[in-house]
Amino acid sequence: MSNQQVLNPDALFCNTEKQDMFITGSEAVKEAIKRSNVDMAISYPITPQSESMHLVGDLYAQGYLKDYLRGENELAVMSEVAGASMGGVRVFTATGGPGTLRAFEMFSTWSGARLPIVCAFMTRGLNSPLTIQPDNIEMAHILDTGMIILHAENAQDLYDMLLKAFIVAEKPDVHIPVGVFADGFFVTHTRDRVRIDPESVKLPPYDPYSAPVPVIDMENVPVRLMRDPFVMKSNFISYAAHASWQQEIMAAAMRSRKYLDKYLEGLMDIHNEKAKVMVVASGTAVSQSREAVERAKNEGMDVGLIKIKCLRPFPVEKIKAALENVKTVIIPEFNRVGWLYREIKSVLQKDMEVIGAPRVFGGMTMPAELILDEIRRCQNG
Amino acid sequence: MLNYKVVAGPEGYLPPAAASRGVVLPEKGKALVEGYAVPEEEAMLTVVKKLLNAENPVFFPGPLLLWDWKEGIREKAKEVKELTEVLGARIIPMPDYRPKYPMINPEIEINPNHPNLTIWHNNIDVCVFIGVHCHYANVALKIIRGGTSCYTIALCAEMGHEDAMISLREVGLGKIKALKEIAIKVKKEGQE
Repeated sequence: MSNQQVLNPDALFCNTEKQDMFITGSEAVKEAIKRSNVDMAISYPITPQSESMHLVGDLYAQGYLKDYLRGENELAVMSEVAGASMGGVRVFTATGGPGTLRAFEMFSTWSGARLPIVCAFMTRGLNSPLTIQPDNIEMAHILDTGMIILHAENAQDLYDMLLKAFIVAEKPDVHIPVGVFADGFFVTHTRDRVRIDPESVKLPPYDPYSAPVPVIDMENVPVRLMRDPFVMKSNFISYAAHASWQQEIMAAAMRSRKYLDKYLEGLMDIHNEKAKVMVVASGTAVSQSREAVERAKNEGMDVGLIKIKCLRPFPVEKIKAALENVKTVIIPEFNRVGWLYREIKSVLQKDMEVIGAPRVFGGMTMPAELILDEIRRCQNG
Repeated sequence: MLNYKVVAGPEGYLPPAAASRGVVLPEKGKALVEGYAVPEEEAMLTVVKKLLNAENPVFFPGPLLLWDWKEGIREKAKEVKELTEVLGARIIPMPDYRPKYPMINPEIEINPNHPNLTIWHNNIDVCVFIGVHCHYANVALKIIRGGTSCYTIALCAEMGHEDAMISLREVGLGKIKALKEIAIKVKKEGQE
């Protein structure tokens, strides 16, 4: 709304008087976008994301956005979002599950084109037979698209991460897209108490003239990509240019660490850091783990918990340091492949027991007892 | 990992992005010299000495300096031209980033996708990037480090460049003037 007051990000994140609201994750998306000074949003429905972009549409009707439209499908939406961002506006969209995969080509394109798009991903199952139920296997696919990847545990995280994502994405030395992931249904469709900033404030507008690439430059890649692509020439100069380009995208993600560290108060949280048994989780698996760790403590067991908030860039050195003296790591996940297990295993340099369990998928919930059983096994073993 | 130094090449087939080797951009009041943060005044003096001692120093002004797109750019461009004259440096522009086929004329321009062609052709031993959009500057700086022995300096209007051997941040009219004053002083001291 035109009468919202622009606050600098530090003031908005830290100094405003917050109020409690009892809302769903989808409503938390709406509240975040209301305060994000977004110029344009483009939607396409897919469960469990549909409600969030429906509510963002309401914001357009109320005058908070300059433009809002529905695309033909997810690939179209993500392409249109890219066009809007190249044009120099702050843009938002959301998808999930099969929608994520249908649009997949564009995520690497966003990164490669240095577009600071913020997209919310409300995850769900992918594999045939078709399911609309909770599962976050799509995150296994998207980790290496060049985007910054955040994983919300609850509606509060979702609200906070979305607001902060715009600021990090648009830093001139970062300027790559941010995907804010939330486990569909568990976060999107359940109500939770969320601390919200006043309606009267919003983030500063995006300044495209500090971008690391020219605004809406029709003469250069990626727009020129399909017309006169240097990346399709078969010579060493083209290979070197493309390789250097890709390195720069990875470097941009590295540069985002200092901002994410500041705004997320660390890429991960550690509870009971001296414990010899550590549960490592992200998303809603953190909530289940927290309950299991608490019950283990009541049974006299000494267990710690690491909550990973940011998957790209991955907090490699911090994880190494946190697990240096740990004997056993337990990694519960809401997917069948265990992508977080693979990530953690890839950074550990010493032999230790790493248990990729429990894993639930296809819509199953994760009772805390399953995690507690793993903890008990470790303590007894 | 933390001991990586950003020095003149040729570093090899595909040098890493310095950011991936632990080099971080300087905070306000600091600059990067070969991967390490130093006080900005110290880096400015190093910039001037590198350019005055070079055999063939060249400035590569990009579109953000060549085009009169924003208030203050005309004055900054004029000051940069005066700086090159004090330093005895040539100017070869990077007017845009379009790939050029079959190839650019390296005598008169440089392109971020194959900057080594211009450096090789002109035997440039020290170069300065200014007014180049950060993404294209970083792409070019890595290619130069990989394939040439040219010493690179980036005078960035934003936050700087890890992949340059020397990088100043937030370089506006004031810092260009300061560099010119330092250059005049160093030249005078050298003559005394």
